[in-house]
Amino acid sequence: MSSVALEVRDLVKSFSLDGATINAVDGVSFQVKSGEFVALVGPSGSGKTTMLSILAALLTPTTGQVLIDGQDLSQMNEKRRVKLRREKIGFTFQSNNLIPYLTARENVEFMLRLNGKLDRAGRVRSDELLARLGLADRLHNLPAQMSGGQQQRVAIARALIHNPAVVLADEPTASLDTERAYQVVETFAHLIHENGRAGIMVTHDLRMCQYVDRVLQMRDGKLVRVYETKDEIMELALGTKH
Amino acid sequence: MKNLFLAIYLAFKEVWRNKGRFFLVALVIALITVLVLFIAALGEGLSNANRQYVANLDAQLVVFLEKSDYSITASRLEVNTVKAVRRVEGVLDAGPIYTSNSEIVSLPEPLKISMLGVEAGRPGMPVILEGRYFRGGEAREAVMDMSVAERTNLKIGDEIEIRSTQGTEDQFFKLKIVGLVSEQAYFFQPTIFLPAATWEMIRPQSASDLNSDTPFPNIVAVKLTDPAQVEAMKLRLQNEVSNIEVADIETTINNIPGYTAQQGTVQTQGVFTLLIGILVIGGFFQIQILQKVPQIGVLKAIGSSNFVVGVSSVFQIIIVTSMGVGIGAALNYLFSLGLPPTIPLEFNGQRSLIAILLLLFIGPLGGMVSIIYAVRIEPLKALRLG
Repeated sequence: MSSVALEVRDLVKSFSLDGATINAVDGVSFQVKSGEFVALVGPSGSGKTTMLSILAALLTPTTGQVLIDGQDLSQMNEKRRVKLRREKIGFTFQSNNLIPYLTARENVEFMLRLNGKLDRAGRVRSDELLARLGLADRLHNLPAQMSGGQQQRVAIARALIHNPAVVLADEPTASLDTERAYQVVETFAHLIHENGRAGIMVTHDLRMCQYVDRVLQMRDGKLVRVYETKDEIMELALGTKH
Repeated sequence: MKNLFLAIYLAFKEVWRNKGRFFLVALVIALITVLVLFIAALGEGLSNANRQYVANLDAQLVVFLEKSDYSITASRLEVNTVKAVRRVEGVLDAGPIYTSNSEIVSLPEPLKISMLGVEAGRPGMPVILEGRYFRGGEAREAVMDMSVAERTNLKIGDEIEIRSTQGTEDQFFKLKIVGLVSEQAYFFQPTIFLPAATWEMIRPQSASDLNSDTPFPNIVAVKLTDPAQVEAMKLRLQNEVSNIEVADIETTINNIPGYTAQQGTVQTQGVFTLLIGILVIGGFFQIQILQKVPQIGVLKAIGSSNFVVGVSSVFQIIIVTSMGVGIGAALNYLFSLGLPPTIPLEFNGQRSLIAILLLLFIGPLGGMVSIIYAVRIEPLKALRLG
């Protein structure tokens, strides 16, 4: 049985706005196991990006707990949070994903450099991962010399190369056309399963949910529904086509 | 250490992959460097042209006429002052110095010179590098500064003709060059040295002065038995010799007409140029950091520390500034090779070194604001939040 890589317990994040308190995340709890790919969906303002920021140790919750690989984020100072982000979390972002002055290979290897693990084996693994993502001929290209889809695939390789416990993706398909978006998410899902990582993808595009194992739906900061069976997920994903 | 290497790696990669942009800024810094070094060299050159002879005097004190405010041109001492000074205990030797200006006319282009009357072998007479001292009395001989030789191709054994306005008429005197000295510019002019009696005979003078054959020294250079007793000897000389005031070399230099004002002006120009440099470098890096906010956010989000981000920015600034200063210094060197000796620019001085060190320092100083800004960027900027 897979272990729990990420656990969220009664998470609340409040903001003050014009004297009123708004709960951007309101009492959310869930778990994600290693090898499981989960989508976090919901309309704008539902709190999914705030949730992702807390999971990424970029934002501190008002109350509640987040445990990544058994480590409680609320017990950590900023230095340990930076270390955790470096070692235990892989990221892909919506845009400005890659370091523009590093080549595809250097961008991926950068995570290994950051963790002090860039050796010969790491370099080989990095090239292999990029090759698996169809980028064998793009190793020496700068981000500006690649398409949006290619850049996202490099970002996926970077997110996975250091074997993090959790991989977080913030709208990874937002800047891609439909065909590219399907390819990217399918590849992402495949690598999450194959490498046994816990993957969480924030997306507003429900069609992308067909590749995930579970869908968490948020509204007004609350977790309102969880789609767990393949039928439910496919109905949600394909229903949006019409 | 790992973080330091990471910061250097990022800094070099960014500069290398954006060579054009960074080179352009380096060129701007190079131009500022040229300007700063030019001003520093001008300061050094003007300073030397004005004070070189006094600064190189083999003496610790200078005797002026009382109430002359340490002005060489305003001072005119009694003839017996020199002997009185020599008699004071603690004075090793003293030499009179007679100052005037003239013009060598026996050249394709007439050359204005400082004409100094001195006693051979006494304080005030520089060390001979080549040739010999002039003979005493009214010998028609002169010792010439190297800078005159460089400008005119004159050499030992050559004869020069001096024009001197005496009364209302121009008189012409021939002198034979018998020796060479170096670094003796005075009052922005190259110098020739003559025996006191010869100097009195050929110096420009008014009609009333023509009846006198006695030269009156402007100042007396005093060499002390114990050079450490400058202050005590200053007082003793003033007490024991009448109608004089005494200054050390530094005070004498600072009272050369226009010297302090000129140096102040040049230094102010230099400081303002450095300030412009700080603003240019600061402005460029601030704009660059503003453009890189999301990118720095990503770097921090994936686990780069503030140290890596900050030090990387510092290294970039150091690389660009060093490149700019290097190019600027090289341009200056090439520039200096083509300068005629009449332009008072000297690039070898301590000032040039200080200017280069200051220029290397203003880079990080100018970029300080952008570095602080970079360190404060929230990693949340990587996401849509923040």
